[in-house]
Amino acid sequence: MSRFQFLAALGLIAIGLTSCTTQSKADEADSAVRPSKDRKKAPEFKLKDSDGKLVSLASYKGKTVLLNFWATWCGPCKVEIPWFIEFENKYKDKGLAVLGVAMDEEGWEVIKPYIAEKKVNYRILAGDDSTAQLYGGVDSLPTTFLIDKDGMIAGVHVGLVSKSEYEKDIQALLGLPAGK
Amino acid sequence: MKKISRLCLVFLLASSLYPQAITPLAIEPPAKVTIPRGKSATFKLQARIAAGYHINSNAPHEDYLIPLRLNLTASPLVVEAVKYPTPHDEKYSFSEKPLSVLTGDFFILVTLKAPENLEPQMHVLTGKLRYQACSDKACLTPKTLEFRLTADVR
Repeated sequence: MSRFQFLAALGLIAIGLTSCTTQSKADEADSAVRPSKDRKKAPEFKLKDSDGKLVSLASYKGKTVLLNFWATWCGPCKVEIPWFIEFENKYKDKGLAVLGVAMDEEGWEVIKPYIAEKKVNYRILAGDDSTAQLYGGVDSLPTTFLIDKDGMIAGVHVGLVSKSEYEKDIQALLGLPAGK
Repeated sequence: MKKISRLCLVFLLASSLYPQAITPLAIEPPAKVTIPRGKSATFKLQARIAAGYHINSNAPHEDYLIPLRLNLTASPLVVEAVKYPTPHDEKYSFSEKPLSVLTGDFFILVTLKAPENLEPQMHVLTGKLRYQACSDKACLTPKTLEFRLTADVR
């Protein structure tokens, strides 16, 4: 093999690997709801809500859950909150529950005024590191898991995605026709 | 041998193309700062933010954002001044107004004073730099970088 052929082969390998990586990132970004056979069980947790009540994920079995990890200091998370308020209003009776897990180190002292100001109508829980670890560390916020009525993770969005993308996923999980 | 070298090269090339764990901020304190007794000295804490990320400045425009903060445990030396870099305003897709941020390379200037009555000797100081980084789409949880600095008081 000549030096030129060797370098050309290396180049092709590099392009191939880059396109594989890019494709996998694009697939993640689309994050269409996974087929049932590819879903994994959502890790169980128990966290307190703003009334001090201990809430477990297991208590949501039978509902589709939009589990959103966020924080008051997170700008992109702020954008999504009005969407989630709307989803809670629109799809609550159809089987959706929006659950927000706030990852603020200062806890309720900062979370309560924030959710009051934003008029959040869905349940907010105070998160902790051990719960975040169960969900892969959740280093980037927002991170949102879509959990089906059987408690299986059907999709995940890391970072800000569009409202329509969320709505498409919710409708698919609730078995509703798209765009209604 | 030639074949093995080629395989190693292919392996290195392939591994560098896969996503690596992101550390959005790296800092580099000076190896040593020399301070004459009764005098002050200023050192630079060099920092570099990974491409695609920004961090909030020490004085963000919005209350909800976490500012850049340097804490230095300097005793028996005295921290006379901490000068943060000049930020710039930038608008992101998630923000209604421009944010006060830092991107790329920057440095923080720290002025230390060695009191007159101090014995000439080395002092190891510890510092913590707390920051919060975001991209245009997501924010990373606030992080604290710790560093050590040797002050040679003469």
